[in-house]
Parts: sequence; C-alpha cells; structure tokens
Amino acid sequence: MSEHIVQPRIYIMIFLALMLGTGLTVLAAFYDFPGPLNAVVALTIACLKATLVVLYFMHVRYSGRLIWLVIIAAIFWLAIMFAITFSDYWTRNWLPIS
Amino acid sequence: MPEGLAATHEHASHPALRHHLENMEQQREAGTLGMWVFLVTEIMFFGGMFLAYTLFRYEYPAAFVSASNHLDIKLGALTTGVLIVSSFTMAMAVYSTQIGRQKATIICLILTMILGATFLGVKAIEYHDKYNDQLIPGQLIPWRPFNPEVAKPGDTDPHKLHLIEGATTQNVQLFYWIYFAMTGMHALHMIIGLGIMTVILIMAWRGKFSPEYHAPVEISGLYWHFVDIIWIFLFPLLYLLGRHLEHGG
Amino acid sequence: MEEFVIPKQPGSNYLNAEYGLKSWLLTKDHKRIALLYLGAITFFFFIGSLYAMMIRLELLTPQGDLMQSSTYNKTFTQHGIVMVFFFLIPAIPATLGNFLIPMMIGAKDLAFPRINLLSWYIYMAGGIITIYALLAGGVDTGWTFYVPYSTTFSNSYVIATGVGIFINGFSSILTGLNFIVTIHTMRAPGMTWFRMPLFVWSHYATSLIMILGTPVVAITILLVALERLAHIGIFDPAAGGDPVLFQHLFWFYSHPAVYIMVLPAMGVVSELIANFSRKNIFGYKFVAFSSLAIAVLGFLVWGHHLFVASQSVYAGMIFSFLSFTVAIPSAVKVFNWTATLHKASISYDTPMLYGLGFIGLFTIGGLTGMFLATLAVDVHVSDTYFVVAHFHYIMVGGTLLAYLGGLRYWWPKISGRMYPEGWGRFSALVVFVGFNLTFAPQFLLGYMGMPRRYHTYPVELVSWQVLHVLSTAGASILGVGLMIPLIYLVWSMRYGRIAEANPWHLPGLEWQTPSPPPTENFLTTPIVTHEAYEFAPPEHKEVVGKFERQQPAES
Repeated sequence: MSEHIVQPRIYIMIFLALMLGTGLTVLAAFYDFPGPLNAVVALTIACLKATLVVLYFMHVRYSGRLIWLVIIAAIFWLAIMFAITFSDYWTRNWLPIS
Repeated sequence: MPEGLAATHEHASHPALRHHLENMEQQREAGTLGMWVFLVTEIMFFGGMFLAYTLFRYEYPAAFVSASNHLDIKLGALTTGVLIVSSFTMAMAVYSTQIGRQKATIICLILTMILGATFLGVKAIEYHDKYNDQLIPGQLIPWRPFNPEVAKPGDTDPHKLHLIEGATTQNVQLFYWIYFAMTGMHALHMIIGLGIMTVILIMAWRGKFSPEYHAPVEISGLYWHFVDIIWIFLFPLLYLLGRHLEHGG
Repeated sequence: MEEFVIPKQPGSNYLNAEYGLKSWLLTKDHKRIALLYLGAITFFFFIGSLYAMMIRLELLTPQGDLMQSSTYNKTFTQHGIVMVFFFLIPAIPATLGNFLIPMMIGAKDLAFPRINLLSWYIYMAGGIITIYALLAGGVDTGWTFYVPYSTTFSNSYVIATGVGIFINGFSSILTGLNFIVTIHTMRAPGMTWFRMPLFVWSHYATSLIMILGTPVVAITILLVALERLAHIGIFDPAAGGDPVLFQHLFWFYSHPAVYIMVLPAMGVVSELIANFSRKNIFGYKFVAFSSLAIAVLGFLVWGHHLFVASQSVYAGMIFSFLSFTVAIPSAVKVFNWTATLHKASISYDTPMLYGLGFIGLFTIGGLTGMFLATLAVDVHVSDTYFVVAHFHYIMVGGTLLAYLGGLRYWWPKISGRMYPEGWGRFSALVVFVGFNLTFAPQFLLGYMGMPRRYHTYPVELVSWQVLHVLSTAGASILGVGLMIPLIYLVWSMRYGRIAEANPWHLPGLEWQTPSPPPTENFLTTPIVTHEAYEFAPPEHKEVVGKFERQQPAES
C-alpha cells in the first residue's frame, strides 16, 4: 500500500473552492432566507468546505477503510451526543407539568 | 492493511525506524492512525462546546443574533481566508517533501507559520476590541467586568451593543462566554500547532525528510488542517448567523 | 500449542536489563511502565480505602460523632474522586492491559512507547495536583461536581481538583489511543482479529470509550473551573444558564466511564474462565462483539442519571428503555462464561476464585442496575444506599475482583515468581465474604430509605444501625482481605518460588516466552497458527494413551 501523491493542481482547485465557499457563505449571510434556512445554508457550506479539506488536504480520499471508519465513528458519536441531549430539551414542554 | 501481516515485510532498516516496529510502512501507518484517533478526541472535545452553543442559541436566539452581529465580520472573513491559505501552503509542504524538494518544503512551512501567526494577531486585535467594549464576560478580567454600552434606537455606534427585540444583556454575556471559550480553545490549538510546525521546520532544515520518510510532516499537517476545519465551523456559527437581521429587528 | 518451543531462560529480562531509578523513570518498555502504574495505582487505592474506612466508621453510629457534616462531605467526595479517576479507570488497562496487550498480540511494544511513558507522567501530575487539593482543604461537591453547587456555593478546592482530573483525563486518552493503534497495526503474523484473546477485544472496546468520552468530561470540567473563576452563569439558572446541560455533558462521559471500568474486568474474567476451565470459551465471537456492543450502547443511556433532575419524561422513557438494552450484551457474557464452565475440568486456583466471584457479584450488580433503570423504581431509590450498593457491586465486586484475579493470574509472568497459593485462596475467600457483608446490607438500607451522602440517621431506627454495623464489620474484613495480598505479593517478589515460563500450561502467546519476559517480549516474532483458547477437546484427552489407532478391518 504505497501512498498516493496528490498533485498541486488538485490542491489549487480545492483551495479556490474553499475561498469561493467562504465568499458565498458571507454573501448568503446577508440575504434573508425564509425561516431557519439561513442557518441551514451556512452550515451546509461549512460542511462542504470541511469535507473538501478532509478528503483532499487530509488525503482521506486516498486512505484506507480504517481512516474512513475512524471519521465516521467520530461523526456518529457527535450525533449521539447532540441527538440524545436534545431529545430531552425538545420534549421538555410536551407535558403541561414538568 | 491485510489481517495480521504487520510484521511480514522486511525492509532495509531506515535510521528513523523505531526499534519496536518492523518497517517504515508500519510506522507511518501507526502514526497516521494515531493522529486520526487523536483528532477524534479533539472533535469530541470541541463537540461539548458546540453542544452548549447549540443549546443556548436554541434558548436565546435574539440575544445570540445581537451578540453575533457585534462581531467584526470583516476580520472574521479575513481570518477565515488566512487559515484557508495556510492549509493550502501546508498541503504544499507535504507535497514538497513527498517529491523530495527540501527548499520548497521549508518555504511552505515558513509561509504556513506566518499565516498562522497572522491569524493569531488578528484574533488578538479582535479580543482587544472586545476588551474596549467591555464585552469580556463576567469577572474574567477583574478590573474590566462585562458591562457593554447598549445602543439606543437609531444609534449606529459600532462599539455599542445593538439589542434586537427579546434580547437581554445577560444572555448576550452567555454568547460571549461561549465565544471566548471556543475561539480561545481554537487559538490555543493554533499556538500548539505553531509549536509543532517549529519542530517540523527544524527537522526539515536539518534534512531529515525524504520521499521515503516524511510521515511527521504529513501527520502534523493533519493536525493543522483539523484546526482549520474547526474554524470553518466557528466562522459561520459565531459571525454569520443572524447577519440578515442586522439593523433590522 | 505444541508448536511453540519455549526458549531457555535468557540471561536478561525486562526487570534486570537495566538497573537504577533512571532506567525506570525514563523507560519506554510497556512492561516497566505497567509496573510504574501498578505502584501509583496501589498508592491511590490505599488513599481511597482510607477514606472508605472513615465513611464506614462514621456510619457505625447514628450520630455524627466522628466528624462534622462538612468533613463527611469531603470524605465521601474524596473517596469517590480518588477511587473513580485514579484507581478504577486506569486500574486494569494501565497495568495489566499495558503489560499484556503487546504480548498477547505478539508485538514488541505498544505503538507509541514514548506516549505511553508520557501518559504515566500525566497521570502522576494529575494525581499530585489532586492530592494537593485534598491536603490543602479538600473538596466537598461529590465526585460528580454537580452545578450550581460546585460553581457557585462550594468553598472547597474545586478548581484544583478539577484541574487534576482534567490532566488525568489525558493520560486515559493517550492510553486508549495507544491501544487502538497497537491493536490495529502491530498484530503478529497470523494474529487475525478473531484469534485475539478476549482480553484484547475488551480493551479495544474500552479504548473506544476512552477516546470518545474522556474529551467531553475534560471540556465539562474546564467549563466548571472557568465558571468558578468568572461567575458568568452558564450553568446557573438564575443567570439564564442551564444546570442540566452540565449533567448531560458530565454523564455523556461518566456513564460510559463505568464501562471503562468494567469492560477490562470482563476481559480478565474471560481469560480466567476459559483458561482455568481448559476450554475454548463458549461463543467466542459473541463475547468479543458483546464488548463492542457494550461500548456503543453505553453511550446511549446516560440520561438514566437524570431521571429526577427535571429531565423531560419522554427522554426519561427512552433512556429507561435504552438502559435495558445494555443488559443484553452483559447477559451474553455472563451466560457464555457459565456455559464455558459446563462440563469443564475446572481448576480452582486463586485467580479462578476471583473470576467465579466476579460472575456472581457482577450479576447481582447488573440486575439491581435493571431496578434502577426502571423509571418508577428509580424515583423511589434514587440517591439512596440502594444506588451505592448497586455500583459498588459492579465496581468492587466486578472491577476490583477481576483486577485482583488478573494480577494473581499474570503475577508469575510479571514478577517471575509464584505467589503462595494457600494464602491466595484464603484471601480471595476473605475478600468475597467481606465484600458481601459490606454491601449487601446497603441494598436493604437503601430500600428502606437511607439516603446516600448523609453522615447521620435517626437513632430510633435500630434496624438501620444494625445494618450499618454489619456493613462496617464487612468493610473491616474486606480491608484485611486486601492487606493479605499486598503483603504476600511483595513477599513473593523476593522469596516466591521461581515461576516457569508457562506455569498454568496455557496456549496464550504471553505464556510462550520466558517469565519474566525479555525486553522485546519474544526472542523471535511469533507466528500465530491457532485460535485463542485452543485446548484439546476433553474427549481427545481421555482417548490418548488408552487405545492404539486401529487400521480399518478390511484390507
């Protein structure tokens, strides 16, 4: 399993995409989307940017399954923490007493 | 890697090979996996703060918008750009060692460090602004407690706190508490990153790296990119959400 | 196992390879680091036990005659903090795990020897800061540091203790990281995942929890310390903060931390049961995967600590249900151990006595945990001695017994000497009797309503005092049972019978090398060709030697 050398061309493309994403998210922030969509747009762009960094700058795209597993585990556990904690807060007021 | 075959390949021993490992491939793999596992702990570490952020944003949306809008979006965007460039130069440093160009490696590493220091410098300016506006929460600075001036309607002085409807200064303080906890932790990671880069730079200077052996550059690069990713999330969450309500509400 | 030829005793082993304090304090050998941990952990266990004795003495009488309530608060807090963070969490992984994982998978060391040493220094730094906090004036928040008491009202050394625990957390993280990387990348040729001893599997699961949980408690404790400094009110409802957020964050780690304590113990017991029954463990894969299942499910149940903390009742119902699911992998283990014992040729050596004790006591602890996971019952027994008894059955009856058993089992390998078997069996029995006498009465006390963390109880309730006296008497017996091994193990290091390489005649890799092992564990890298517990089946044993192999009758 020899390592994969990522060419500078790809790094430059990713870099430009990241800069573009930053510009987009700033612009989008001032635009008044309906409802909670502002947060959705901002977080979607952030997730996309993070994914690009992970896949290319951090070479995960060319790494073995184990590294993928490690990342998925981290996201999964983060999701557990959020989902279960908020299962409490979201349902606090369902009962008139409590 | 194949099941249980860690020890089968015999390579000529490289001077950087540790005695308890069989070959450079195994050493690199262990190092990379180790760093990734460490980054998992970092994700969970910051995760706790993201959770607190989400909860309080959910409970006090108006205060969070008001406080968020007080942050300097230009400086925020600038630091984001600086960090992305530094990630790019870091990636190029890894590439340069992979193809064995020592000089390019050193230049890329120095650029990365300069950009990292720039980030910290801008952060310091921002912190100082908060200090001037008396936005440092609680008694963290004993002689300058949290006591921002609240702007009256029509007042556009950027140094005053513009509260939208439903926001209270007390809840704004919670935002700044989380802001300083998260950006402070992030800055601490940047400082540690600069320390690591210094070590890597010295090693590169002494010609320790080659196309066969460059795992330290790559592994410290993983750390650097990770710190960048944290900021990629912090920037919209702290600076951007609620901008569309600026001067509105 | 026949294919292994155990080499003759080489001149040098890890204990005599180098001499002097420096060779120990700067060692990168996982075996020596394990011994450094062993010494430190024994010290902290001693401190924690002293506090335990003080608690038991105070509760001997209904009045608060030995100490004031504030002193008592500090005593039980410090008992909890020292035992949980400085004994139970590192006990088995940092000593036995550190020593054995590389040997069991046929590696020369852990993947990162320097980080391994660093983790010991971090542990010591955290320990020293905590000891400083205890000496300077102590801490009285309970080991759980509940807010807003810990952030606002307590006048004790919360920050110093918090910093000690925060630092100590990193040693745990680094140990877990080292184990995960070692198990993934350093297995010997032929050592596939399903040939690994179950001890290694359970430590893998433990490491997952260490990696994923510990950082969360680190940030939580950091927030508490900062909150104490700055008084902003992130956990203070009066200032718009949220105390339940603290409990969520704290238990996100601290409930899985219970599995950090008990999973390695289960690994030890799997080894003991299989090896002293001379049988392959019943349902190897089930036992292996149940460790992982416990690690995952353990992260889904923390809300059962918040049943009476104004948590939403709907979340409470979910947490109650999820808590029951943890019983499944735990029960899988208990059933598979007992199934392994079935029709086995069991030898009742000291380690096995501890192992069998574990099965019984862990089952009691686990089943009473089911009572507590039931929402309605929990409301009745929450914060009573029922809870105290329950988790001591897991922590002491489970983890401590497995730790003692494991220490005895691998003692010949660690020290190169045998411990005195008679004293071993005797002290195992004393521990078992003392333990049950200490904690069984506490179930009754809790059920009758004695709250935890109180240093007095009504004089009129004679039955309460009788139970408390029994409990204190049991604690004394338990203390004696723990002192005996301390004495005879130290004695055996010098005067014990020299151990052979494989005194128990077992197939595990760690036994296929001299006792004590050489610095690089094996004289040549082993090549693994058999399963973890490959004993000849019993029917073969009877056949051998009695009948000649017959040629088929027709020719």
